[in-house]
Amino acid sequence: MSDYNFAYLDEQTKRMIRRAILKGLAVPGYQVPFASREMPMPYGWGTGGVQVSAATLTPEDRLKVIDQGADDTTNAVSIRKFFERTAGVATTEATQEATVIQTRHRIPEAELTEDQILVYQVPIPEPLRFLEPRKTETRKMHSLQEYGLMHVKLYEDISQHGAISTAYAYPVRVADRYVMDPSPIPKFDNPKMEMAAIQLFGAGREQRIYAVPPYTRVVSLDFEDHPFEATKADHPCDLCGAGDSYLDEVIMDDAGNRMFVCSDTDYCRSRREEAA
Amino acid sequence: MSPLLQVAGIEKRYGARIGCTDVSFDLYPGEVMGIVGESGSGKSTLLNCLAGHLAPDAGRVIFDTRHMGPVDTVTMSEPERRMLSRTDWAFVHQHARDGLRMSVSAGGNIGERLMAVGDRHYGRIRAAALDWLDRVEIDGARIDDRPSAFSGGMQQRLQIARNLVTGPRLVFMDEPTGGLDVSVQARLLDLLRGLVRRMGLSAIIVTHDLAVVRLLADRLMVMKDGRVVESGLTDQVLDDPQHGYTQLLVSSVLQV
Repeated sequence: MSDYNFAYLDEQTKRMIRRAILKGLAVPGYQVPFASREMPMPYGWGTGGVQVSAATLTPEDRLKVIDQGADDTTNAVSIRKFFERTAGVATTEATQEATVIQTRHRIPEAELTEDQILVYQVPIPEPLRFLEPRKTETRKMHSLQEYGLMHVKLYEDISQHGAISTAYAYPVRVADRYVMDPSPIPKFDNPKMEMAAIQLFGAGREQRIYAVPPYTRVVSLDFEDHPFEATKADHPCDLCGAGDSYLDEVIMDDAGNRMFVCSDTDYCRSRREEAA
Repeated sequence: MSPLLQVAGIEKRYGARIGCTDVSFDLYPGEVMGIVGESGSGKSTLLNCLAGHLAPDAGRVIFDTRHMGPVDTVTMSEPERRMLSRTDWAFVHQHARDGLRMSVSAGGNIGERLMAVGDRHYGRIRAAALDWLDRVEIDGARIDDRPSAFSGGMQQRLQIARNLVTGPRLVFMDEPTGGLDVSVQARLLDLLRGLVRRMGLSAIIVTHDLAVVRLLADRLMVMKDGRVVESGLTDQVLDDPQHGYTQLLVSSVLQV
């Protein structure tokens, strides 16, 4: 344990990251550059989220890590182990018991409270990236609030598919100012982003941190005649019967059988335990 | 009538070299100004200075805006200038690829300016796109095709539609017919002439093709080595060139 500083990163690095986090909270949705460190995991596995978590954790914290809603998948298990070893913090799978939740691509079903921090892993923080390749230009577009191009993408969706087919990483406008990529969460989760907990976003490879403070207005972009819709599979969970949770579709065999289960494993388990 | 655009003493230098210098003219509403000259004479530099793509080293470009009256666009703030270039101005590039988003459908290309100025109604944007495809003689059925599937002439017409959809009052054109074969050029010129006349547009057209200015331009400026050597009514300049260089230019056009 003494081989590592608390939570792996050295204190100066954590201070640097905390400064970026504070700046991000002060300017909701604005991408703050930070000196991202090499982490002992490949880019794309949550190096940004891990650094934000490391700078956020205190010895008293209780950490939960989810990957696509699940506590038991590779990414979640290895990051949880990483902090168990390097920070020695308590961990949990129960959403309500956690103080810091690092997530990849989901917001937990249970409502979060003011005592919690949600840390997102972000692959590409720039919502305009695939529309405008020049970074100098996207920065200028953000500073001048020129967001018409974002709607061009939604227009293309409707013209090709008859509806806005963007199903994840659905662009939002934060506090009526910055357009932000909410990381690849399903658009089902977008309305939950106006929440009591602090939301921090870390992109390690792209070296950006951004944040949404509690109770901040987060609006999903749409057209007047094609309003935003939070969609999910039209089915209840086959394990716990929940009709209000986001579902994974699981292929059961090669005869076309499939089942739908909650993507939030903790939510599903606690519902089944209650019922039992 | 007050001029739409007043250009006074524009100069742009690239280090010690002159891009263009001492260019002054007035452009009135509905008027089309042609700028001709050989490659390297400073035509494009001048056009880019006027359109705000390059910052001139000296001079003023005063545009008669809808809301604030005449304003110097050189000293105006960048957000204002970018807003102007999305609403009252249009810029038609020589290569359609520079002016279009090649990965976005034709309808999206036309709708982009509408969405940039705040239109958030899909049906209206779509209707405007269809209307403009029709006006530039592109089949409405191709609204969802990408410009990369279009021919060169269609791409250029699409670029024009994309620029004119917000009803600009001043259009900058940089060699709009460059690189197109003659029959396509003729059709494009015919279309441009119709649009300019019908919408009462003012335009500044840079070209090295005298036939283009003969057809489109009311007035003409001839540039050489960054300076304006002769200017006047188009027919007058082309039929009775005074300056030696203009005489050379006019006489070097092949007569078929």
